[in-house]
Amino acid sequence: MKLRKLVLTALGTAVVLSSLAAAPAALAQVKEQFFPVLVYRTGAYAANGSQWANGYVDYLKLVNAKGGINGVKISFEECETAYATDRGVECYERLKGKNGGATVFQPLSTGVTFALTEKAPVDKIPLITAGYGRSESQNGAVFTWNFPLLGTYWVGADVAIQHIAKKEGGVAKLKGKKIALVYHDSPYGKEPIPVLQELGKTYGFDVQLLPVAHPGVEQKATWLQIRQQKPDYVLLWGWGVMNSTALREAQSTGYPRDKMIGIWWAGAEPDVKDVAEGAKGYSALTLQHGAEPNSRVVKDMLEQVYAKGQGTGPKAEVGQVLYMRGLLSAMLGVEGVRKAQERFGKGKVMTGEQVRWGLENLNLDQKTLDSMGFAGVMRPVQTSCLDHMGSAWVRVHTWNGSKWEFSSDWYQADEKNLRPMVMLASSKYAEEKKLKPRTPEECKK
Amino acid sequence: MLYRENGQFKTSYAADQQIFPIAQDRWAIVGLLVFAFIGIPLLVDEYLLRAILIPFLILSLAALGVNILVGFCGQITLGAGAFMAVGAYAAYNFHIRIEGLPLLLSLLLGGLTAAAVGIVFGIPSLRVRGLYLAVATLAAQFFTDWVFLRVPWFTDNASSGSVSVSNLQVLGWPIAAPVDKYLFCLGWLTVFALLAKNMTRSAIGRQWMAIRDMDVAAEVIGIRPLFAKLSAFAVSSFFVGTAGALWGFIHLASWEPAAFSVDRSFQLLFMVIIGGLGSIMGSFFGAAFIVILPIALNQFLPAIGGLFGITISTAGISHAELIIFGALIIFFLIKEPHGIARLWSTGKEKLRLWPFPH
Repeated sequence: MKLRKLVLTALGTAVVLSSLAAAPAALAQVKEQFFPVLVYRTGAYAANGSQWANGYVDYLKLVNAKGGINGVKISFEECETAYATDRGVECYERLKGKNGGATVFQPLSTGVTFALTEKAPVDKIPLITAGYGRSESQNGAVFTWNFPLLGTYWVGADVAIQHIAKKEGGVAKLKGKKIALVYHDSPYGKEPIPVLQELGKTYGFDVQLLPVAHPGVEQKATWLQIRQQKPDYVLLWGWGVMNSTALREAQSTGYPRDKMIGIWWAGAEPDVKDVAEGAKGYSALTLQHGAEPNSRVVKDMLEQVYAKGQGTGPKAEVGQVLYMRGLLSAMLGVEGVRKAQERFGKGKVMTGEQVRWGLENLNLDQKTLDSMGFAGVMRPVQTSCLDHMGSAWVRVHTWNGSKWEFSSDWYQADEKNLRPMVMLASSKYAEEKKLKPRTPEECKK
Repeated sequence: MLYRENGQFKTSYAADQQIFPIAQDRWAIVGLLVFAFIGIPLLVDEYLLRAILIPFLILSLAALGVNILVGFCGQITLGAGAFMAVGAYAAYNFHIRIEGLPLLLSLLLGGLTAAAVGIVFGIPSLRVRGLYLAVATLAAQFFTDWVFLRVPWFTDNASSGSVSVSNLQVLGWPIAAPVDKYLFCLGWLTVFALLAKNMTRSAIGRQWMAIRDMDVAAEVIGIRPLFAKLSAFAVSSFFVGTAGALWGFIHLASWEPAAFSVDRSFQLLFMVIIGGLGSIMGSFFGAAFIVILPIALNQFLPAIGGLFGITISTAGISHAELIIFGALIIFFLIKEPHGIARLWSTGKEKLRLWPFPH
C-alpha cells in the first residue's frame, strides 16, 4: 500500500514538475524584456532588503506605465534568496532561462555576486552590482560580465579617508591617527580592508580591524575594544540589524557618533530610525544619492504607480535611501537595454549579450538624467570597456535625528590610488582563471 | 503480488549475504542506477540538474557521512559543517598549491585532511557522551569558521576571503557543463555509498553499532572504544569532507566560510534524523526531504495560489515555506520517529504480505 502511494505521489509530482517546466516556453512568445529580481524580504536583512526590492520593482512598473523601453514592455519575477548564497544560486538557475531569458541579474549580496561571477560568462547574462560586489571587477577587460556601476567598496573606503582628512584639515594630519573598521565578517565587510591598509601605509595612520559575526547583534566585545583603544574614527561596514546595534553600542559606550562613518549599506532609514536621537551626527557615504523624496522621478512614481494602487511597498517609504538604491539599480539595467536597442534594433527584445554591450557603452549625461527625473539625484555615468564602474563620485550625508541630510560636497575617489590595485587584483584573477584580458580591438566588437 | 520472494532460494553464503537479497530489490536498484546515469541526463533540463539534483547528490554524501557517525556509532555531532569546510578548503589548497595535481586526488586529499581533523575533534568522544559531545563537536564548527575567516593563508590571501576554482577536469574530461557535473557527482556518490554500505555490514560497522547500543557491554566483549569511535569519526569526516570539497568545487565554484556555517551542520543532522538513523537509504531520503522540499514548496505555492486566484507575495511564500516545512518535520517525527527509512521498510513489509497486510 505504502509503496503504491509513494509511487503515485512521485508520478504526480513528476507530472506537475514537467508541466511547470513546459510553462515558460509558452510565455516566451510574448515580446517582453524579462527582468529577474533576486530579493530578500525575509531573514536577518529583510528590513533593508525589502525596501530595495520595492524600489526595484516599482521602477520597472513605472517604465511599463510610461510605455516600456521604446515600446517593449518589461516582465519581472521575484525570487527570495534570504541573503543566502546557495538560495541565490538556485534563484539564478531558476530565473535565467525563464520568459525568453534573463536580461540582467542584480544579486544585492556580495556572496551571491562572487558565486554568479563564475556562472554569468557561461550563460552570457550581465551582472550589475551597483555599489557592491567585487571591487576589482571594475576592470571590464577581465570581468567582461560584471558591472559595479556607481562605485565600489574601494571607492567608498578611499572617500571615507578623504572625508576624514578634510575634517582633520589635510592629509598630513592623518599621521598617527587610529581608524577602526567595524565590519560584517563576510566578503562584503572585508572588501575595503586592502584599500584602508594601503592608504594607512601612505598617510601613516593605523588601521584597526574589528570583525562582527553575522548577523551582528552581538557587538559588546567589539565596542569594549573601541572603548579601550579609543580610535579617532570608526568606519562602519555593516548591514541590516548590525548597524542599529552598532549605533546603540556606540551610544552606551559613549563613542561620539560624529566620529562614525558608514558605507551606504549602513546609511539608510532602517539603520538609524530605531535609534533616532541616539544616532544624531552619524554620517554615511552615499554612492551618489541619498533620500530623495523631492526628486521628479519619485513624484512620477507617486503619480503614475502609487496613485493607481499599484505600488509594491508602503507609500511612506517611497524616496527613502534604500528604495532609491533599488530604483537606481533598476534604472541602470533599463538604460542598458535602451542603449543596446540603439545598436541592435529599437523596439526589440534584447538578449543578455546585447544588454552587456549596452551596459558597457552606457552614457547617461546630465541632460538625459534631467529628462528622466534624476536631476540632483546622481551625476552622469559613462562606462567603457576598461571601466565598468562609470563614476566614482560620493557624497556624505548625516542623520539629524529624524532624517538624512547631505553634509558634504561631492568627492571623487582617487584613481591614482585605486587603479593600480584594481589592475593588480584583476590580473591575479585572470591568471588564476587562465583568462586572457580583452584587448582594445576586441572591446570594439 | 509482484513483490514477493517466494521461490528465491539461497544456496550459498554469498547469495545470503549480498546487499539486496531479494531479486526485485536488486533489479529496482540496477534500474534506478541506469536511469540516473543514462535517463536523467537525457530527460531533465539544466535547472533541475544545477539547482536540485547536484546539491541533492552532494548533500546525500554528506548525510551518509553524518549517518555513519550519528546513526551507526551513536556519537552526536554538530560539527558536520566544519568538516565540510575543512574538506573544501584543504582540497582548494592542494589544488592551487600543487601544480598539476589531478582533481580526483585533490578531492581525496581534502577528504583525508578532514578525516585527520575529525580524529582530533573526536578525541573528546572517548570521555564525554550525548549532549556534552554535541557541544564539544560544536567547538569544531566555531574553530573552523574562525580559522578560514582569520588565517589568510588558507584562502590564498584573497582580500575578501572568498575563494574560487575553475577549469576542472578529470583525465581530459572537462567538468564544466551541468550534465558533466551531475555525472561526476553521481559516480562519486555511487562509489562511496557502496563503500559505506559495505563498511556498515563488515566487522568495523558491527563494532560501531555495538558501541552505539551499549558502549560498556561492547568494551566487555572485546571491542576497543578508542578504535571504534575514532574510526567512526575518521570515516564520517572523510565522507563529509569530500562532500564539502564537491560542494565548493562542483556546485558553488566560488565560496566563503559562510557556505559551511553552523546552519549547515544542523541541516545535516536533521537530514539523518528525518531520513532515518542508522540507515544508508535514510540518508538519501533525508537529503531529498531537506534539499528538494523547500524549493518545491517555493515553486508550487504560487502555482497553487494561482489556481484559486490568489497572488502570494514573495515574503508570504517564503514564510509559508518555512511554516509548512516545519510542520512536515513535526508530522514525520510524530508519525515515524525512526525516520522516513522506517516508513519505507514498513511499506515493504506490507507489500510482501499484500493483499492481506496487517
